[in-house]
Amino acid sequence: MKTNDVILQTTSKVVFFIIILFAIHLFFAGHYHPGGGFVGGLMTSGALVLLLLAFDIKTVAKGFPIDYKILIGIGLLFAIGTAAGALVFNVPFFTHVFGDVYLPIFGETSLHTAMLFDLGVYLVVIGVTMTIIQTIGESE
Amino acid sequence: MTVIIETMIILFLLLGVFLTLVAAFGVIRLPDVYTRNHAASKSATLGVMFILLSCFLYFYLIEGHFSSRVLLGIAFIFITAPVGGHLISRAAYHSGVKLWGKSVRDDLKNKK
Repeated sequence: MKTNDVILQTTSKVVFFIIILFAIHLFFAGHYHPGGGFVGGLMTSGALVLLLLAFDIKTVAKGFPIDYKILIGIGLLFAIGTAAGALVFNVPFFTHVFGDVYLPIFGETSLHTAMLFDLGVYLVVIGVTMTIIQTIGESE
Repeated sequence: MTVIIETMIILFLLLGVFLTLVAAFGVIRLPDVYTRNHAASKSATLGVMFILLSCFLYFYLIEGHFSSRVLLGIAFIFITAPVGGHLISRAAYHSGVKLWGKSVRDDLKNKK
């Protein structure tokens, strides 16, 4: 008997965007509220796993043509880049700066270089989780 | 005004707790997987939604904090809990779980 997954697939398509939005919210809220790179990354990979459950591994790979192993490398580069960037300004390794910057749409925004480090954590968490799940899922 | 708000919050909370309790009793007392799943997915969904609504009203009307993630949680549970129930029921049917002995109709039996 051929199974018909139309309810699961339609719901996953809707719910995917809610989870992704909440993951991005958690990522940006990390400085002042509970959240941050780790939880945001885990939730983003949770949304991708939901798509993997509803569709098969090839469809998701076609929708998101990302090599997650490269994503780990990019994340680690972000982390070491923000840490080593401090050395250029002749201050100790891992010194962070912050300040209020005026942006065109958002207005007065408080920006912090720790967020770039958090972006590295976010990418590494997505990369590691998705690599583990995809390698286990692909092996026969 | 405060009395109305507090009464509303308490009523929603008690209604939610009561519905969740009914769902738990349904899971214990009903005879087979499908009827139990019916009780658990339907009654517990509404119960949790009422509890979250009361939580939202408390923080919005008394503390003055508009919590959009609680509203998002209500919408999320409303979308996902019935789908979860449907998938569990379907998996049970396809793996050959028997219906209750006194059931009279099985429309899916001829579709195999």
